[in-house]
Amino acid sequence: MRNRFPLWKNLLIIAVLMLAAIYSLPNFFGEDPSVQISPLRSAKLDEATRVQVEKLLSDGGMKPKSLELSEKRLLVRFMETETQLKAADLLSGSLGSNYTVALNLAPSTPGWLRAINAQPMYLGLDLRGGVHFLMQVDTEAAVRQAEERYAEDVRSLLRESKIRYLSVDRNNRTIEVKFPDDQTLAQARDVLRRELRGLELDGSGNAIQARLSEIERRETRRLAVAQNITTLRNRINELGVAEPVIQQQGEDRIVVQLPGVQDTARAKEILGATATLEFRLVDTEHSAQGLEEGKTPLGTRLYQDRSGRPILLQRKIIVTGDQIVDASSGLDSQSGSPAVFVTLNGIGARKMSDITRENIGKPMAVVYIETKTETREVDGRKIATKKKIEEVINVATIRDRFSKRFQITGLDSTEEARNLSLLLRAGALAAPVDIVEERTVGPSLGKENIEQGTRSFIIGFVLIAAVMILYYKVFGIIANITLLFNVALILSILSLLQATLTLPGIAGITLTIGMAVDANVLIYERIKEELRNGNSIQSSIYAGFERAFSTIFDSNITTLLAAIMLFSIGSGPVKGFAVTLTIGILTSMFTAVMCTRMLVNFVYGQRRVAKLWI
Amino acid sequence: MTDTNSRGYKIDFMRWSWPAVILSAVLSVVSIVSLGWQGLNFAIDFTGGTIIEVAYQEPADLEEVRQQLRDAGFANPIVQHFGTTREVLIRLAPQAELTSTDLRARIMDALGKNPQVQAELHRVEFVGPQVGEDLAESAVVALLLAILGILAYVAWRFEYRFSFGAILASAHDIVLILGVFSVFQLDFDLSVLAAVLAILGYSINDTIVIFDRIRENFRKIRRGEVLDIINLSINETLSRTLMTSFLTLLACTSMAIWGGEVLRNFALALIVGIVVGTYSSIYVASALAYRLGISRADLLLPEKEGATDNRP
Repeated sequence: MRNRFPLWKNLLIIAVLMLAAIYSLPNFFGEDPSVQISPLRSAKLDEATRVQVEKLLSDGGMKPKSLELSEKRLLVRFMETETQLKAADLLSGSLGSNYTVALNLAPSTPGWLRAINAQPMYLGLDLRGGVHFLMQVDTEAAVRQAEERYAEDVRSLLRESKIRYLSVDRNNRTIEVKFPDDQTLAQARDVLRRELRGLELDGSGNAIQARLSEIERRETRRLAVAQNITTLRNRINELGVAEPVIQQQGEDRIVVQLPGVQDTARAKEILGATATLEFRLVDTEHSAQGLEEGKTPLGTRLYQDRSGRPILLQRKIIVTGDQIVDASSGLDSQSGSPAVFVTLNGIGARKMSDITRENIGKPMAVVYIETKTETREVDGRKIATKKKIEEVINVATIRDRFSKRFQITGLDSTEEARNLSLLLRAGALAAPVDIVEERTVGPSLGKENIEQGTRSFIIGFVLIAAVMILYYKVFGIIANITLLFNVALILSILSLLQATLTLPGIAGITLTIGMAVDANVLIYERIKEELRNGNSIQSSIYAGFERAFSTIFDSNITTLLAAIMLFSIGSGPVKGFAVTLTIGILTSMFTAVMCTRMLVNFVYGQRRVAKLWI
Repeated sequence: MTDTNSRGYKIDFMRWSWPAVILSAVLSVVSIVSLGWQGLNFAIDFTGGTIIEVAYQEPADLEEVRQQLRDAGFANPIVQHFGTTREVLIRLAPQAELTSTDLRARIMDALGKNPQVQAELHRVEFVGPQVGEDLAESAVVALLLAILGILAYVAWRFEYRFSFGAILASAHDIVLILGVFSVFQLDFDLSVLAAVLAILGYSINDTIVIFDRIRENFRKIRRGEVLDIINLSINETLSRTLMTSFLTLLACTSMAIWGGEVLRNFALALIVGIVVGTYSSIYVASALAYRLGISRADLLLPEKEGATDNRP
């Protein structure tokens, strides 16, 4: 028989369709208003917390739908939004500062579906509301910092190796080291080449010019973005946003999406702050009074403290903010004044310990550095400038060798101590970031977008289905069934990939429906043509599918090329559209060719047919 | 097959190919002139700036909103209804970076001057000009790469002259879509760009179906003029071409009508693209391949019986 699939092929197609149906199911269950409780750092989240939350809620007269405890969070589901809001207020009030309580909309996928990892698609911000930021990472600044570090390494390496040098200067991407004679220069060259592999050395006259190698530069940039992403993630966790998105985009941009958040100002305060600390020794040999910036003694830098008094610090940094592992605020047990308790990582601790041991009795300063962007008006145009605030927030005498843990005092208020510890705990940003794009979508608009998107999709589908039945009759019905399969397949693949569905994504699905029938139309027109040419019914069906296939293949491949191009280069709405279009083209080839053929075989394949309803 | 002529097809498409060339040329020139003269009305995605969508309880008075914004110191705000008369879209030229929070506050403050009219913020978008530049750049790159990819694929699967035909047809479609957006100064945003690229794929899709048939007919029918075979192929695929375009148009029309304001221009671009694309795959692509001198021999090469058999 010509128009008959082998059993295995039928079974395979049916299996794919069953899977598609199951994995697209979670999208139809809606969401539960819920409250998400996650622990901060040291806090524990266990069965006891669950019991405590349950008791708090029942005491408050609230009945949750369910409580789900997982490793990272406790999810309390409610029947309605009103109870959810009340519960969130109650819980954030009584659980204390060790937990963050966030409002969440949790998919109400039944347990058996969740057990097989079937999850609904993730809705984009345009469909659920929230804030979107696109941040530009100033990777050049990270490179400059790396150069600074290298310059410092060069100095200490030469000193350790007892090689005399005249000066180490850094300018215009180059670290220039001057030497008194050729012999020391040659010695230094060997040492530097051996120890500092990230540097490319070049020499002229009695100096060595060292530059960061291209690999080192690239690596520094890459790490700066990676560290910023980690830091932002930590900060957002502290904000308690449910299901945030933090992704790298391109080489030096980061996308942050906070669903449900409407208050951009608050979000920005936390995200955009780029505060860090540096610990430096105070220069005690010279007086800071009457010195101008740029005329400071060798190896020192002039700073100001909070009240504007000048203070001279050594250029050499003991420890920077990125070596801080943890920080918490509290009160100093002796003086009762606000304090921040800091824990350093291994390298930081070793450095700190070495230097404090050598400098007992001497003062050490904590420098607070914050990068802000300020705008000024120049000739009627606003110009954004980056401003770096560097001030000494605290000078303390080193009484003992510092270990991994120590405290900073001298802060103005407990509020300030808390803020500082939050920033330190969340980690420093490796390089300053600018917010270059910001979108806020109201929740009501999101809902409207879903409604309009789905409505236009359904109307489009119904119209197409009607025309197909009118024009192709039985074959039209078959085409519509496969079209439904196609939609289920697209939904299930989007769900499985956990791709983000956006409004342009819905548009992509709608357009795909229009284009997907093309394959059916090609096949059907071919069958009609074969019939007109006087071929038998069975061989017309056979030829229709066989001949149309190469055409379907060729024409879809080109559309696929365009879609993939859109996907790889586009961002935002373009990407959302490209994802569904790409998936749609692939699935429609499968459904139109395989499923249609299976159904046609099923209806007409194994019997004598007098007339085709086409 | 009742009313076909002696050559086996109903409509002599190629007879109209000269008028079609002139029509295409005129429309393309109009589009290009308009693009050069007034350009595209780039939306905030490309220019940078601020978009604010506000919903009022009562139908909003646009002039009042404009005045309120001018009073607050915003020069030349673009204020328009968005979907309904109660929803208003405000567009402001790029302000300095990072003042978006203040900006938002200032705007809401300005709009709140009249206590009888309550405004609710639906959407705020702030895009720095830098992002817009990047987007414009990557858009051009995407377009070129897509065209190159398709060129290579068609040349490999068919023949280079077909490739030129297909590309010129697609370029023609893109120019005309851009032309419509330029002439009527419709908002050209990222989603419209996506539509343009989708049309590139769609129009090629249409073209290839016809090419496929031309190739098949060259192999099947030994006698007959090249022109006749092209005509026959277009005729044979005509019902498919029209059916598919009609169905895709249905989908896009429903998007344009019921998909909401955000999808409207996107759907519009697709509608224009489908109409133009259908026309161009019939006239521009095949006619060009013909004029470039496509012959039977060019398409028989991949087949085994190949070039030897095609001599009369």
